[in-house]
Amino acid sequence: MAYPPAARSSPPRQPSVKVILASADVQRVVDRIAHQILEKTQGAANTVLLGIPTRGTPLARRLADRISTFEDVAVPVGVLDITLYRDDLRRHATRAVGPTELPPGGIDGKRVILVDDVLFSGRTVRAALDALNDVGRPASVQLAVLVDRGHRELPIRADYVGKNIPTSLAESVKVTLAEIDGTDEVKLYGGTAS
Amino acid sequence: MTAYLITSVSVVGAAPTDLLIRDGVIAEVGPDLTAPDATVIDGTGLVALPGLVDLHTHLREPGREDAETVESGSRAAALGGYTAVCAMANTSPVADTAGVVEQVWRLGREAGLVDVQPIGAVTVGLAGERLAELGAMADSAARVRIFSDDGHCVADPKLMRRALEYVKAFDGIIAQHAEEPRLTEGAQMHEGEVSTRLGLIGWPAVAEEAIIARDVLLAEHVGSRLHVCHVSTAGSVEVLRQAKARGVRVSAEVTPHHLLLTDERAESYDPVFKVNPPLRTAADIAALRAALADGVIDVIATDHAPHAVEDKECEWAYARPGMLGLETALSIALDVLGPEWDLIAERMSRTPARIAGLTGHGVDPAPGVPANLTVIDPAARRTIDPAELASRSRNTPYARMTLPGRIVATFLRGEPTVLDGKAVK
Amino acid sequence: MIKHLLSGGDLDADTATEILDTAAEMATVAGREIKKLPALRGRTVVNLFYEDSTRTRISFEAAAKRLSADVINFSAKGSSVTKGESLKDTALTLQAMGADAVVIRHPASGAPHRLANWVDGSVVNAGDGTHEHPTQALLDAYTMRARLGRLAGLSVAVVGDVLHSRVARSNVLLLSTLGAKVTLVGPPTLIPVDIAGALAPGTDVSYDLDSVLPNVDVVMMLRVQRERMNDSYFPSAREYARRYGLDGPRMRRLPEHAIVMHPGPMNRGMEITPEVADSPRSTIVEQVTNGVSVRMAVLYLLLGGNNR
Repeated sequence: MAYPPAARSSPPRQPSVKVILASADVQRVVDRIAHQILEKTQGAANTVLLGIPTRGTPLARRLADRISTFEDVAVPVGVLDITLYRDDLRRHATRAVGPTELPPGGIDGKRVILVDDVLFSGRTVRAALDALNDVGRPASVQLAVLVDRGHRELPIRADYVGKNIPTSLAESVKVTLAEIDGTDEVKLYGGTAS
Repeated sequence: MTAYLITSVSVVGAAPTDLLIRDGVIAEVGPDLTAPDATVIDGTGLVALPGLVDLHTHLREPGREDAETVESGSRAAALGGYTAVCAMANTSPVADTAGVVEQVWRLGREAGLVDVQPIGAVTVGLAGERLAELGAMADSAARVRIFSDDGHCVADPKLMRRALEYVKAFDGIIAQHAEEPRLTEGAQMHEGEVSTRLGLIGWPAVAEEAIIARDVLLAEHVGSRLHVCHVSTAGSVEVLRQAKARGVRVSAEVTPHHLLLTDERAESYDPVFKVNPPLRTAADIAALRAALADGVIDVIATDHAPHAVEDKECEWAYARPGMLGLETALSIALDVLGPEWDLIAERMSRTPARIAGLTGHGVDPAPGVPANLTVIDPAARRTIDPAELASRSRNTPYARMTLPGRIVATFLRGEPTVLDGKAVK
Repeated sequence: MIKHLLSGGDLDADTATEILDTAAEMATVAGREIKKLPALRGRTVVNLFYEDSTRTRISFEAAAKRLSADVINFSAKGSSVTKGESLKDTALTLQAMGADAVVIRHPASGAPHRLANWVDGSVVNAGDGTHEHPTQALLDAYTMRARLGRLAGLSVAVVGDVLHSRVARSNVLLLSTLGAKVTLVGPPTLIPVDIAGALAPGTDVSYDLDSVLPNVDVVMMLRVQRERMNDSYFPSAREYARRYGLDGPRMRRLPEHAIVMHPGPMNRGMEITPEVADSPRSTIVEQVTNGVSVRMAVLYLLLGGNNR
């Protein structure tokens, strides 16, 4: 992810980088979300985890893995590509479409937990809800995110939050995961060095 | 009548000298001429040639005055350095009677920018079925000597034989558009790699070569004069070379576009590059250039073919074939042949004047000869802007190309038709 | 991303593969209860058809509608003959209507190239004269990949009237780009001149179908119009069928895994027998299904973003 454009053009200032979660922190946070899911869903029965690409996909798999470690429950995992449902398609060059993979049992009548790395404006989740609507009819939908950085533009909230990070709009949050990026880390790129 | 003194001008490439034009003729040629009453044109760095003569021009009048008129085409010709053009017969009505050829001839006189010599149709309505009244056209005020169904081939061998024989009575000549029609049904461009890629029906080289081969044999058999229009293939050059070596009375022309542009131009599907015969390959261009240099091809003729916008701004297959040529021909010749002034004069003035029987044209500037000449700035380069052309049409294939040479002045019988690069009227 | 799709040669290997991959995702939509995606909401796609081709038109129409685009069908058949409105004037009309894409079928080769000069939107060639039909080649490639698992290294025979076939030209260009080897088979009168140089080096030509069949993974039969025999391309339909038609015995000369394709509509009994057309090797029905997915992918990739 590129740096956000500087809020003011001058004077040029060094953008600050701050590690919010280190590798061990990320693993602890994922464990905690897994526990919360088990608690809130009373054992994760009749539940499906759907990762939103790119980094929601490995997160969903990790959560399923932790849940099965903690309680010996196999939670089906799938992928929900939301590209064709985005509301900003026309603002960018055409985006490549990724695969949507629903688990063999499908999602009808299930409790679907959408999984993503960062919750920001809420627009991605809005697109995911639309996409979900076209592929089936879940009994209920919940949302799990690694980081909530605020600044919602839609009436959307997460059911499970790994860490709330207060940010300014000039800042950006970047999540890296071992499966994709080689390391687990959450960094805050600053417009205002604190 | 104003006198003109052109100073320090190279006559057909020779060392600079002065030319005095007075009373319609070249009055004097020599160094340091003085004529206080004359308008002086500084000819330093310029080249004077006998006025160019085009054996193959479509003026479109009568019938398609939206595309060109005798007057607009004459102006385009003068600006291209021409003092005489031969107007093709495929007008509407067709120039197949004394009445139509006299009309065209009279319109040319009225325009007064070049001598317009009408060509008569060989067959009635260009239909290829029966001979037009060739003798009546020859005897008319237009004094027609060249006959052509150009745009169509005189495909019937018996009719072609008769035409070749018949015109011997008045020293006429048949100018053949060599295209075997059965081999070019629906043809859109040269048959080859590019036509295969573009999915356009091919116009095979053999359709031209077969007719030329037949016609030189017919001309040889009946002892007549044959002129071959717009030769476009290497194979045609070989047929002509052999015929000339045998002494057949055949002459041949090539167009500027067939000397420069290849069939790859069709890749854009822009019909400005659609022409008949079609643009050929680089190998054909090389053969045509060599033939022009060694005399197997006698003449550069423009096949100036104006077309209205709607006939070109359409699908390739629906577009009419043909491209403008008069205002760019000399530049293309200069580009292709280099400053070979004697060769250019031979191929663009002397020989075509002789073939067409146009006395007073095609004669190098010398004391006493009619002042039909053009003056060229060979060092100038110009970028072709279709909007600036004098033709009523815009279908030049050279748009945005930068070409060498510029016509500075043209004189028809001592009267300037072009001065300082601009048409006088 | 490219702006127009005029020729199979417009696509490099990466772009072609992206289209096929996207088509595979689009294909999953066909299996859903709700066969609709919102990606092209508010976009206008015009189907400008100067020739009757119901199958191609409805395929594009279904593709555009599944992506939620507005579709306008503009049948202009005959206007070239009757000297009606010119293509340029029609283009200006479509431009004024705000067409984001024009899908054009036209009897004149190159008409889509001309149109692309006159409209701001994307132009998709849905078949022009005897030139190209790039979405047909894409759906053929998609079908081969789906059946045989790959395109690189495949040996494909394209059999029949190559000279007049827009399907053949687009297939030679696209398949060569994607690493397949194409052999064109037909009577010499129906194989255009200099085909390898014109389209893709390495393209082979054969006049003998029987010698080609044992070595191919795919045999694609082209439609042969019976009218061609009136123009001496071959002596009779019977002789054509005997020499270049695909019948049961010939089909059994193919390797076990090889498939039989046909762009349709078929002349049963001419280039293909019913036994072959209806055999499990035949992909003819799949080709139609895949056509919608591939056209969805093309429309999405041309119109789905801000590619202006």
